Amino acid sequence: MKLPGARQLALPAAVLAFGIFLPLLAPAYRTQMAFLWVMIVFALTWDLLGGQMGYNSFGNVLFFGVGMYACVVIQRDVHLGYYSALFLGMGAGAALATAVAALIGSGLLGLRGHYFAIGTLGIGIAAAEFTAGWDFVGGGSGMVPPLYPGAVGARESFFYYLCFAIAVFTFPVLRFLYAGRFGLAINAIRDDEDKAEAMGLRTTHYKTTAWCVSAFFLGLMGGVVGNLLGFVDPREIAFASSTYGVWMVLMAILGGKGTLWGPVLGAAVFDVTQELFWKYLLGWQRVALGLLIVVIVVFFPRGILGWARERWPERFGQRAEEPAAEGGT
Amino acid sequence: MTPILEVEHVRKSFGGVVANKDVSISVPPGKIYGLIGPNGSGKTTLFNSIVGQHPVEAGSIRFEGREITRLRVPQIARLGLLRTFQQTRIYRGMTCMQNMLISVPPSELGWRSVYRRSSAADERKAEDLLRFVGLHAKRHLPGGDLSFGQQKLLEFAMALMSEPKMLLLDEPTAGINPTLINDLLERLRQANRDFGITLLVIEHNMRVIMELAEYIYCLAHGELLAEGKPEEVQTDQRVLDAYLGAT
Repeated sequence: MKLPGARQLALPAAVLAFGIFLPLLAPAYRTQMAFLWVMIVFALTWDLLGGQMGYNSFGNVLFFGVGMYACVVIQRDVHLGYYSALFLGMGAGAALATAVAALIGSGLLGLRGHYFAIGTLGIGIAAAEFTAGWDFVGGGSGMVPPLYPGAVGARESFFYYLCFAIAVFTFPVLRFLYAGRFGLAINAIRDDEDKAEAMGLRTTHYKTTAWCVSAFFLGLMGGVVGNLLGFVDPREIAFASSTYGVWMVLMAILGGKGTLWGPVLGAAVFDVTQELFWKYLLGWQRVALGLLIVVIVVFFPRGILGWARERWPERFGQRAEEPAAEGGT
Repeated sequence: MTPILEVEHVRKSFGGVVANKDVSISVPPGKIYGLIGPNGSGKTTLFNSIVGQHPVEAGSIRFEGREITRLRVPQIARLGLLRTFQQTRIYRGMTCMQNMLISVPPSELGWRSVYRRSSAADERKAEDLLRFVGLHAKRHLPGGDLSFGQQKLLEFAMALMSEPKMLLLDEPTAGINPTLINDLLERLRQANRDFGITLLVIEHNMRVIMELAEYIYCLAHGELLAEGKPEEVQTDQRVLDAYLGAT
């Protein structure tokens, strides 16, 4: 986006202020509001691969679930104070998710285009079935994280701000990556991977790094969400391919994939719409959601931001005269 | 002078079709060499074998005296041996400047330097090279919006950006406006003279290759048919027969 200096800071500042004061406006909806930030992290981390690098992953939910289980297992088995165990668990979850990404990435990221998408399709389902049969992590009945020790009502605020903090942490890290040569490198992989290899780019290294960064933030968020919901289930929550796994993709596409702000916008629009469906169209919410998906794909194939760029190129278009170095909007 | 590129007895077949049968060529550093031959004679296959696109069945390929037969495409590219594609390949969704900025020499895309922003020096160099190929005015347009000929020029500029030691060009003038061909030839000579890049050029346009190259290899049916200075190759009866289909 072509924004002058002051306005360039205005948008992040406004989002920051919005995030800080949001729970004060409607304290009853803090859990739902926390999910707004969860969704934003979902969309942002998906777009790192799907939008910027052209690798459409349907398996990213794996890292979310791995982080969630790792965190809750640490909280259960490591006898520390509540907060120490929680933060240790979140760290372990993020680390384990990153390690898993590096491990499976070396094989899966060798697949191109549709083959990669199909190859990742089964990951979440396989992980859910595997976990459901593993008694150490509670099997099919899931796990319950330890009770929050604070006052009644403080729990929601605590986890809301934790989700918010992770989202606020994710955004500048991605912005930094996209602004550097790394951003250009993954864009190059998206446009023509054979050419990138012929030019000597270390494509395997960049692809694995991108997936690991994505997995890190998803793993971190997983631990928090497990605690926020107070319950961890393999199929419906941790490795929920048909909900979170698909939503990640949709939100990024809705907002405009391959842009920095697009996924944020897409996640916000999607999350709010979804909550409204649940509230006002109960019983029909799944149908409405399905229709929304169709509308997104048919009318906004390039996303809200992509559509806005076509309509008002001078406002949202790529800059015309300055050197183009940033991968973001 | 020791050759910069030595191809010895290379063999490559696809199923029953032998695309390269015992091909040996060598290119000394700092020169412009040509590779000609009728369609399907194995020129592009030889390029692909050299840059590691596919494994060869026999023979060896050395670059600057170093064995590269078993290396893979990006590794060979990082040694400074680059190729351009017959069906031009650029990054279509990225602007010309971005195309150039990601084509910096491999040393600038190392484990740490890849996370830095493009330097002002890189941007100047990118602009200079785009001016060199006459695309400066289009620098903020997506590569995919350029015409085929312009994409070829962009691909050439990207290759120069990466400061290779040697460049394999697959039909650089195909699809280029005839009035621009002389201009492009001058650019190729300049790249050779001023940047010291050794060139090996596949070309179908006889006028172009005879004018550009100082030494020419001619392939036919996957075998080396003739070699020599342009005037020698031009008058070689076997070459004429191959082109006229008399074999």
